[in-house]
Amino acid sequence: MKAPWFEYYAPATLDEALKMLGDADLDGRVLAGGQSLMPMLNLRVADPAMLVDINGIPGLDGIEENADTLSVGALVRHADILNSPAVRARWPLLAEAVTQVAHPAIRNRGTVCGSVAHNDPAAEAPSILATLDGTVIIASAEGRRELPAEEFSQGMLSTALEPGEMVVGLRYRRPPEGTGSGFVEFARRLGDFAIAGAAALLTMRDGVCERARLTILGMGDGPVRACEAEDMLTGKTLANGAAREAFEAAAAAVKAAVDPAEDVHATSGYRRHLTGVMTIRALEKALARAGGGE
Amino acid sequence: MAREKAIEVTVNGITHRKTVSVRTSLADFLRDHLYLTGTHIGCEHGVCGACTVSVNGKAVRSCLMLAVQADAKQITTIEGLRDENGEWNEMQKAFFENFALQCGYCTPGFLTSAIELLRENPDPSEAEIREYLSGNICRCSGYQAIIDAVQAAAAATRAQRQA
Ligand SMILES: Cc1cc2nc3c(=O)[nH]c(=O)nc-3n(C[C@H](O)[C@H](O)[C@H](O)COP(=O)(O)OP(=O)(O)OC[C@H]3O[C@@H](n4cnc5c(N)ncnc54)[C@H](O)[C@@H]3O)c2cc1C
Ligand code: FES
Ligand code: FES
Repeated sequence: MKAPWFEYYAPATLDEALKMLGDADLDGRVLAGGQSLMPMLNLRVADPAMLVDINGIPGLDGIEENADTLSVGALVRHADILNSPAVRARWPLLAEAVTQVAHPAIRNRGTVCGSVAHNDPAAEAPSILATLDGTVIIASAEGRRELPAEEFSQGMLSTALEPGEMVVGLRYRRPPEGTGSGFVEFARRLGDFAIAGAAALLTMRDGVCERARLTILGMGDGPVRACEAEDMLTGKTLANGAAREAFEAAAAAVKAAVDPAEDVHATSGYRRHLTGVMTIRALEKALARAGGGE
Repeated sequence: MAREKAIEVTVNGITHRKTVSVRTSLADFLRDHLYLTGTHIGCEHGVCGACTVSVNGKAVRSCLMLAVQADAKQITTIEGLRDENGEWNEMQKAFFENFALQCGYCTPGFLTSAIELLRENPDPSEAEIREYLSGNICRCSGYQAIIDAVQAAAAATRAQRQA
């Protein structure tokens, strides 16, 4: 179908955009890459009165790395992440996940911030932000605030963004020295949304897991941090073949904790099963990259 | 702030000045305003890849971009792929020679994506080609002939560069 009627506004500055978004009478909605919003308009499941196109605003396309964090602006496309030598070299979890986001032509337009703002439960970006203890930088005409990923996500396609606010950036926290990462997902076809997936970080010292981060995607409610499994892994010896048993126990805990949605792609039971398999594979990858825990 | 906007878009080297409705997609603009009907529309939600065109040198879904967003941009469609002598480019020749199309509906999108692939990676493996083209759907060819064509075009392009 074709998009419904709307007003279109392409502000030249961030201040102007925030002013438009802050005017409740205008009912403005941010248009970033358009790779989720345009389909919603064409399918007529979204009907905003006005689109505020942020693509012409300077200063939103930066990827900045410092000692502790990586910051990504609102106009950083998925493709920019993959083309960034800094991300590829030092933020492997993010790079690995973005290779699984859609297809090249969609990655050329779609933004990482847009994906987090959209909060599709099967999307990679929100779960990676949660796994890397990330925060969402939010601006409005009144000022700025920064929210942890877990507070930002409010379930399927909903977030803590208030009317008049927009996401101006994301900040990922660098994991401690000795951390290995793993991202895996299962989709029927490469680039499709995940039926189930898992992102893992394991920080190893002398064969012992000092810190674990595990996030599940595809469950129907946005990214799910598997805190119980993280606690089970923390302090465990994973060297010398001890990992298998620990990972299976973690996977069992994850499977018991999640409540997968049922849809045309998969039954709830199948998703739960896949979640266990994805958990083990992500943890195995993370352990291998942390140097096998030896 | 009107529901119409004047834009200036360069398509296949020709600059057009038009007034369009702000909700018109780039795909509809190319087809209905410029009569460049080689850009095909399959789904209008980004899934099939038939509408893929090149915007400032990057493959983009023209059904997911507004015509007003193409203001001041350079666009290449299937109609603009021939070289200055009017000859098909290597990818077009390879598609023809390898029977990489049947009905041809998906072909403009496949050509745009495949050309971008070779620009980024002149010697892709079969797996890399399959991965790169995963966002383009063909209901006729069974894909193998398309993969063969991209490999043939890659080899021909490399040979040309060395010559
Ligand atoms: C065929 C297809 C397959 C896809 N597959 C995947 C996939 O496998 N994994 C995946 O993660 N994604 C996938 N996507 C979606 C893609 O990743 C989108 O790019 C992303 O979800 C949204 O980013 P965007 O910049 O395009 O946002 P838009 O489409 O512009 O916006 C999406 C929503 O977020 C809001 N928004 C955007 N930016 C901001 C901001 N800065 N502040 C506040 N609100 C904002 C918009 O108002 C809108 O409601 C797919 C899309 C298509 C068409
Ligand atoms: S018509 Fe644009 S992707 Fe199908
Ligand atoms: S040749 Fe018919 S859809 Fe591809």
